Amino acid sequence: MKRVTLVRLCVIAGSVLAVEALCRFGVISRLTLLPPSEMAAYLVRLLVSGEINQAMLQTFSNVAIAFVLAIVLGFVVGAVIHAIPRLRRACDQFLASYYSIPIFVFYPLFVSLLGLNRWPLIMIGFLFAITAMVIATLNGLDRVPPVLLKLARVHRMSRSAEALRIVLPATGPYLFTGVKLALAYSFIGILAGEFILSGGGLGYAIAYAYDAFDNRTMYALMLFVLVVVTAINSALFIWEQRLLQRRGRG
Amino acid sequence: MSISHAELREVRKVFPAAGGQGDVNALGPIDLDLAKGEFIAVVGPSGCGKTTLLEILAGLTAPSGGSIAFEGRLVHGEVPDGIGVVFQEDASLPWLTVSDNISFGLRREGMDAAEIKRRVEDVIAFMGLEDFARAYPAQLSGGMRQRVCIARTLVLEPRLILLDEPFGALDQQTRLLMGDELLRLWRKTGATIFLITHAIDEAVMLADRVAVMSARPGHFIDMVKTNWGTDRDSRVVADERFGALTGRVWTRLRDESLKSVGRSANRLAAAAP
Amino acid sequence: MSVIPEASGSAYAGGHDTQRAAPRQSLQRLLDSFLLVAALVVVWQLVYWKSEVAITGPIETVKTAIELLSSDIFWGHALASGRAFGLSLIMSSVGGVAIGLALGAHRFSGAVAAPILTALYTIPKVTLYPMVLLIFGLGISAKVAFGVMHGIIPVVIFTMDAVRNMNPVLIKTARVFKLSPTETAFKILIPAVLPEIVTGLRVGFSLTLLGVVIGEMFASQQGLGFMIINGMNVHNVRSLTAVVLLLVLFAVTSGTLLLAIERRMQHTQR
Repeated sequence: MKRVTLVRLCVIAGSVLAVEALCRFGVISRLTLLPPSEMAAYLVRLLVSGEINQAMLQTFSNVAIAFVLAIVLGFVVGAVIHAIPRLRRACDQFLASYYSIPIFVFYPLFVSLLGLNRWPLIMIGFLFAITAMVIATLNGLDRVPPVLLKLARVHRMSRSAEALRIVLPATGPYLFTGVKLALAYSFIGILAGEFILSGGGLGYAIAYAYDAFDNRTMYALMLFVLVVVTAINSALFIWEQRLLQRRGRG
Repeated sequence: MSISHAELREVRKVFPAAGGQGDVNALGPIDLDLAKGEFIAVVGPSGCGKTTLLEILAGLTAPSGGSIAFEGRLVHGEVPDGIGVVFQEDASLPWLTVSDNISFGLRREGMDAAEIKRRVEDVIAFMGLEDFARAYPAQLSGGMRQRVCIARTLVLEPRLILLDEPFGALDQQTRLLMGDELLRLWRKTGATIFLITHAIDEAVMLADRVAVMSARPGHFIDMVKTNWGTDRDSRVVADERFGALTGRVWTRLRDESLKSVGRSANRLAAAAP
Repeated sequence: MSVIPEASGSAYAGGHDTQRAAPRQSLQRLLDSFLLVAALVVVWQLVYWKSEVAITGPIETVKTAIELLSSDIFWGHALASGRAFGLSLIMSSVGGVAIGLALGAHRFSGAVAAPILTALYTIPKVTLYPMVLLIFGLGISAKVAFGVMHGIIPVVIFTMDAVRNMNPVLIKTARVFKLSPTETAFKILIPAVLPEIVTGLRVGFSLTLLGVVIGEMFASQQGLGFMIINGMNVHNVRSLTAVVLLLVLFAVTSGTLLLAIERRMQHTQR
């Protein structure tokens, strides 16, 4: 294991242990924060008992829907914008300043439009994630080396063959980045929404536990969300590194 | 006299005005006949239109005037069957192994898998790439990657091979060895070779004749016949005629290069406030 | 493309434009952007006409917004948000740049910290809000904490990257010219890293705003975020839409301004 990784693990472990110690010795009051070990223990209990299964299912299915919609439509929109220069110039400024808009403020508007169900959540997660995919697609398509397009013509490839066998693989790494970000943003959008609005899902469960002064459940769920999201994002990241290494850009 | 393998007649290329400057007369007029199986090199100062010439000959770019014929048929809008191109930039496909890169062009021909495998293995053996067949281009040096690109072109058995400064990114010694490879390949396949290079010694060493281009708009100002035997290799540099031939090419080229540099200097001076 | 797509505003040069586009091109882009905005407004209007649910149309919303702008109640909320936002912004920016510089200068620490920062960036920090409330209580300090939580991380990441990616040749050049440490800092280091730091500050600005507003939506009786959620709870869609419009206008205007500043500062094309 590289020295950097070792030190990093020590830093993380050390921080957790420090918090644990501070909690156990009463420096941090139990009303504020629970010791991490207790959080973990209670989480295991919750998982085993199946109490949070419904919330888990709801959150993960919402994320999945938002995510899939975002990457598919994001890719299509990106490809279309790339193909029409006039459209691209019009969208330029919009895409560049998109993320300065606090998308989450549209939640109540979507609730008015779509009702108090999962769809406002999915809309927000989708809107948050799709632009990352669009930008990634545009970046990837921009960066296809022109020599590869010439190669396609030398091999007398049809436009669809060129798209499938040259353009698509060449944009691969960029599309992967878009997918990575789209997933992270879907999680953020859905969880933030569940938190603020009511309805169901892990975010709502955390808010509910907070309102009910149920610190144990609240912290257990927080731990769960953080661990799961970090694990999924890290897995994607590591996968991406492997792919990039093969292609020499890692 | 046998029919030319390829012919260019009064080929010109003009690029339309961009950003306040007038039309750029990039190339022409060019007249050239390529004999079947000959090895011709083209040298010229930078910006003279060598790459444009190659792309027009390949059918990648349309000329503004004149005509191109390959094997008796007009070249128009698409790359004709039987022409292979090796580019200056690295065109290896980073997501495929060496082996898959080489078989890339064969996969659409409707050839059966066994035949593809055989051809690819032959070319890999010929180019000495056996140890790298399952490696990815990222793991190879620049020279090796170019060899992969050459192998990929070879496997399609082209009758005319166009190379645009293929060894430009390589160090001198690797270039000399690659030059020998190219000659070996030329002898084995009997293809006509059209090589663009900025290295005069490379042109004189490798080619049957060296075409010298002028500064922009590029046209031919000299055609130097080397009269080497077909069995030549890089050691021809030791031949007593080598110096004279190179000297002749450089003398013509030097004036043109100065013109080209002078033009850039003038443009800079004109642009300064 | 950097890890953070919000940064694409600067790196994303929109195809093959150079950063100093000819005046005619900029004008045309402005025009095209206006057309796009106009199209969105038209869509809004159509949704309003077609929808049976109570959403407010563009004209109504603008009228309400203007009313709000002259109402004391609105400004009470706006200033509450503004105070929290201002404080968070200062802390995120100054703290972020300081930490980023340190991590960038000390290579090993930077290497250790980088994945941790990326992970912190992608986790849904909203889920940590209850903990923040428990620590800071219900008040402006919690809101500032929310803002800083969101805003400081991109500033650190960008500043750190800027220092780490600085061309080492520049330092060697400083030594060849025998520059003093202060001269090196002001004449070479700061100009070299400034553009990327500005990008980080721009992203930090947007995220700090987001953090504060979401915090108000969740747990506050004051502020623009509260006005929005309250509007939803009492079914006052008109008011809530107007506040959303004003907030979005503020965000987009400041975002575009910062982007323009950032673009002018860039001296290398990505």
